[in-house]
Parts: sequence; structure tokens; C-alpha cells
Amino acid sequence: MWQWFFKLSSPKWFYTISGQLMPWLATLTTLLLGVGLVWGLAFTPPDYQMGENYRIAYIHVPSAAIAMGCYYMMACMAAAFLIWRIKMADMIAKACAPVGMTFTALALFTGSVWGIPTWGTWWIWDARLTSTLIMLFLFIGVMALRSAYDSEAAGAKATAVLTLVGVVNVPIITYSVKWWNTLHQGASSLSLSNTAANPPQIWVPAFFVGFGLLGFYLIAIILRTRNEILMRERRTEWVDEILSASKSKGQGLS
Amino acid sequence: MLTVNNLYCERDERVLFQNLDFSVAEGEAWQIQGSNGSGKTTLLRILCGLNDEFTGEILWRGIEQRKARQDFNREVFYLGHAPAINKALTAKENLSWYCASRGLTNTDQIKTVLNSFNLYGYEDMPCYLMSAGQQRRVSLARMLLSQAMLWMLDEPFTALDKQGVLELEVLLSEHAKTGGSIILTTHHNLQMDYPLQSIDLDALAGLVAA
Amino acid sequence: MSIIKATLRRELLIAFRSPGDIINPLMFFVIAVSLFPLGVGADQAFLSEIAPGVVWVTALLAVMLSMDSLFRADYEDGSLEQLLLSPQPLYFIILAKVSSHWLVSGLPLVILAPVFASMLALPEGGMFPLVAGLLIGTPILTLLGAVGMALTVGLSRSGLLLSVLILPLYIPVLVFGTGIVNSALNSIDISGLLALLGAMLVLALCLAPLAIIAALRISVSL
Repeated sequence: MWQWFFKLSSPKWFYTISGQLMPWLATLTTLLLGVGLVWGLAFTPPDYQMGENYRIAYIHVPSAAIAMGCYYMMACMAAAFLIWRIKMADMIAKACAPVGMTFTALALFTGSVWGIPTWGTWWIWDARLTSTLIMLFLFIGVMALRSAYDSEAAGAKATAVLTLVGVVNVPIITYSVKWWNTLHQGASSLSLSNTAANPPQIWVPAFFVGFGLLGFYLIAIILRTRNEILMRERRTEWVDEILSASKSKGQGLS
Repeated sequence: MLTVNNLYCERDERVLFQNLDFSVAEGEAWQIQGSNGSGKTTLLRILCGLNDEFTGEILWRGIEQRKARQDFNREVFYLGHAPAINKALTAKENLSWYCASRGLTNTDQIKTVLNSFNLYGYEDMPCYLMSAGQQRRVSLARMLLSQAMLWMLDEPFTALDKQGVLELEVLLSEHAKTGGSIILTTHHNLQMDYPLQSIDLDALAGLVAA
Repeated sequence: MSIIKATLRRELLIAFRSPGDIINPLMFFVIAVSLFPLGVGADQAFLSEIAPGVVWVTALLAVMLSMDSLFRADYEDGSLEQLLLSPQPLYFIILAKVSSHWLVSGLPLVILAPVFASMLALPEGGMFPLVAGLLIGTPILTLLGAVGMALTVGLSRSGLLLSVLILPLYIPVLVFGTGIVNSALNSIDISGLLALLGAMLVLALCLAPLAIIAALRISVSL
């Protein structure tokens, strides 16, 4: 267990393993996304209530879930960095912020696009949209703080503290926004995520797209982390070898 | 008392020091030497626990400094570049909070110590009315109040007049003679009747291995 | 403990010797609240409807703007270094510092709030819930703001960054604070909501000082 932990915290090990894993992950992601999207967008029957509009939920629901999960992942990495001083954890946390922010933005965008035909307006203060918007603010805050520090090391620690403060708040924020929404009775009863009662031909493709997006998310995180590793370890011998090898081949990094 | 093993620190692609080993025993006075930007302040801040961007080991009485923080803080006094004096408060108010923060309740001492630093009559004057040298003396007064064994002083002679410099030199050698220890940085030519040991940071610097 | 007493004494002395730090956030609150009727019109019915939200949002912004005086001076004059090197439990020193800051910045807001709420035509029944909510809620805002301030005090241009960091974290307090007033006006029992806000305060009291200490260590190491 500890040995595994120790290995994982070594940038070189992460770089090697993730490099080997990448083709498999990429293939799997492409398959999942391809099958899921074609099936979901072209072959499943329209919803009796929302017609064709609901199909955007295939993107919206997973990206919202991934965005939320990304924050928690970032918080775990922040904790690992602060407690055990694992530099690798900070590199992953650093990769999480922009990726999570993009997924949050994607969830907001798809939610708005869905809102135009459904609610007649692209934005309503619905509990889910509102908490997603706040999530976006949290990601922006984390990124803003990191970039405000000149010192990489201090910025990393400060960001980790902020992330942990944020993660304690996330459930409270979500709960408060839900409660606020019931108090004001603003939103319509239609929601993109009430898919529980749907037949299998609707949720099976959702399953494919969901895992496909998850794969895409992991790829994005891994690629960003690998770049970060090369940046920070640029003075080590093994990175030097990789760089000179890729230069002599005259192509990008594998 | 304070043992440093294999200390390494880099900043902006530059090694400030590496393989730094030394040990400060009771009754020893150490001077950290080096040119501007050689990392004297950084080293002192690492030693006192304000900076943790280093690798290596710092032991306080055999225990890792981070784990012995409370004991360490009780026995170590740090004087930085900044005076650590709130200008809205008087000398006495500044020092009485300082005593409380060190867990010392005996505040009668404050007046005596201020007198010994030639600040008689200035106890109740707000610090913004004082000159830089006088403010420096208030900072230095903390050194005696702290009851610390090890004094870490970063440029303690700054802003002091000739008389003040002499007095401080006497204070330092008295502290060492009575079993206390000192680590200091200074560009001032020390005239102390006490043996000084030194760490030369210029010799330990280098470029980060490519 | 004597360190708590000494810290409270020191902070209050400093605050009363430089009263601008206390008065300016209050003036901000007063002026900002007065802007609303000018902006949205003086219709009493409409004003009374937005009164809880307006008072809470402005109070929240005033607390945030007051944060700058919490660690700034101590950071600049080096007192923060000495504080972090204190052998006394930092948790209590920080708690005393933040408490005294609330006493001079948060408490006056709570006391002033009813005056401005009644200028905004908040019905009688909303007064107690507003004040009770602010009394429990503003310490949470101060504690969270102190975390943000501790994270940014070492940065040169940190004013707007602070708001980006902590305003999202203020949302639950705002939601429940205004919710308490609105619930009371709709004759819903508010004891549960007050308890909830109280629980948030306890959580903040326990955890925020730890985050503040960690953040100050980072800021001082810059």
C-alpha cells in the first residue's frame, strides 16, 4: 500500500505509466463517446414531454457531475499536498482547476441552450444552474489565487488551503441554494436531470456518453499533468533524456 | 542545541546553499557571512521556522524543529528586518503584548529593559513619534524580554547610533558568556570580545545542476 | 488565558487609535444602502420587499471591505512574524484577533442595520430576525474573510482578488440570513434556520482559524 503510494507520488513513475496508459484510454474514450453520442442523438426516441430538446442532457448531466467531482478530486489532491507534501498531488490539482472550470462552463452552456426552448429564456435562477454558476466562481477563485502568486511553491500551498476551505463549503452552498430555490418557487418543475423514470433506450446511451466524457476528463487531466511534470522537472536527467529523444525524432512528445 | 544537517535551498534557479552542516551549542556566537543576495536572510528565516522551502534536517535539542515548535519558539528569539512594532501603540503597549505572546506575565521588567535601552521617558509615547533608531531599540528590547536561549538576529545594528552599537555588542557578548547562543548576520564590523564562528554562504552557493 | 486578553486589548487599542478603519466600512454600508432607493425608486411596498436582501448584501460587502485592516498592518511591520513565532497556542491568538475585528467592524453593522432597514420600510416583524441573523451571520463572514485576507495579504494587488475568493463562500450566509427575515415575514418559524446559521458559525469557529494560520504561514514565507 505505502509502496504504491510512494510510487504514485514520483513524477517520473506517473509520467511513464500515464504515457503507457494513454493510447488505451484514448481508444476507449473515443469508442464510448462515439457509440453513446450517435446512439443518443440519432437513434433514441424523443421524450414525450420535451421532444428532441432533452438530448442535450447527454452532455449536460455528465459534465455537471464531472465538474463537481473534479472539485472534490482537486480537494483530495490539495489535502495530500498539504499533509504529505507530495508535489505530484499539487501538479494534478493544478491541472484540475482549468479542466473543472471548462466542464462547469460546458454544463452551464448546455443548460442555457436547453433552457431557451424549454423555459423560453436562456437563464433562470434554478437551483442546479445557480449552484453550477457558484461552482464556476470557485474554480475561478482557485485559478486566480494561484496566478496571483509569483512563487510557485507558495502559490501551490495557498491554493491548496483555499481549495480545502472551498470543499467544506461546497455541500453547504449546494444545500443553501436548494433551500433558497424552494423558498422562492422560481424554477419550473422541468429539470434536465429527472431522468430516473426513463426507459433503457434513453439511459443506456447516457451511460456510454457519461463514461466517455469521464475518459475525456481523465485524458485532459493527465495531459496537463504531464506538461506540468516536464516543466517542473525540466532540470532532471530523465526529462532531459525524453526531451533530447523527442528532438532527435523531430516530432512532439509521445 | 541547534543542529543543521545537509541543508539545501534554491531560489530562482540558483542554489543558495547546499550540504550545509553546522551545530550551534550553548555559549556559541555564529555569524552568517555572504554578499548581498547570498541568502543570509533566507537561511535565518529557515532556521527560525518562517520559511520551509528547503530540504535537509533542522534539529532542536535532537528533535526535528517542526515537531518541537512550541519548545523551539519558547527558546528562540528572532529579530527580522521589519521592526514588528505597531506605530499606533506605545513602546510599553507593544512590549506588553509581546510578553503575553511569549507567555510571560511579569510586565514589571518592561520598564527596566526600556531604561537599559535608553528609552526612559519614552514608554508611553506612540511609536510613530519615535525615530528609526528608537524604534529599533524597542525591537531590541524584546530580545531581553523574550528570555530566549538562542538569538537569531538579522542585521541587528541597522539604524543604531555609535553608542547603541557599542551597547548591543556588549549585550551580545554578555548573552554568550552566560551560556546563551547567537546566530546573526551583519555588514557591520563586529568588535566583540568573544570568539565568533562563521558560515560563509558565498562558498556554498552554486548554479542548479542542468 | 492571558494571551487572549492581551490580544483583544492590543487589537482594540489599535482600532480606536486609527478610527478610520472602523468608520469607513460603516460609512460604506450607510451610503450603499441609501443608493438603493435612489436606484430602484421610493415605492414603499417594493422597498420593503427588497429590504432584507439589500441590507444583507451591503452588510456582507462592508464586512469584506473591512477585512483589509485585519492583517495588513501586522504583515507590513513584521508583527505577523513574531505572532507566528509565539510559543502560545496560535489558534487562540488568531481567534482573539478575528473576534476583536468583528467587535469593531461587524457589531456596529448589526447595531446600525435596524435603522436602515426601517428606512427601507422593512416591516416591524422582520426586525428581530434581521438583527438575530446578522448577529450570528456577520462573525461567519468575518472568519471567512479573514481566511481570504490571510491568503492574499502578501500579494501586492490583492483588493479585488479577495472578493473573487471569498464572495462565493459568503453565499450560504446570505441565503439563510435573508431567508430568516423572509420566513419570519411569512410567519414561518425561524428557530430552525437560526440554529442552522449557528451551526455554521460553530463550524467556522472551529475550522477557519486553522486555515488562517496555514495561510498566514504561507504569506509570511513570501
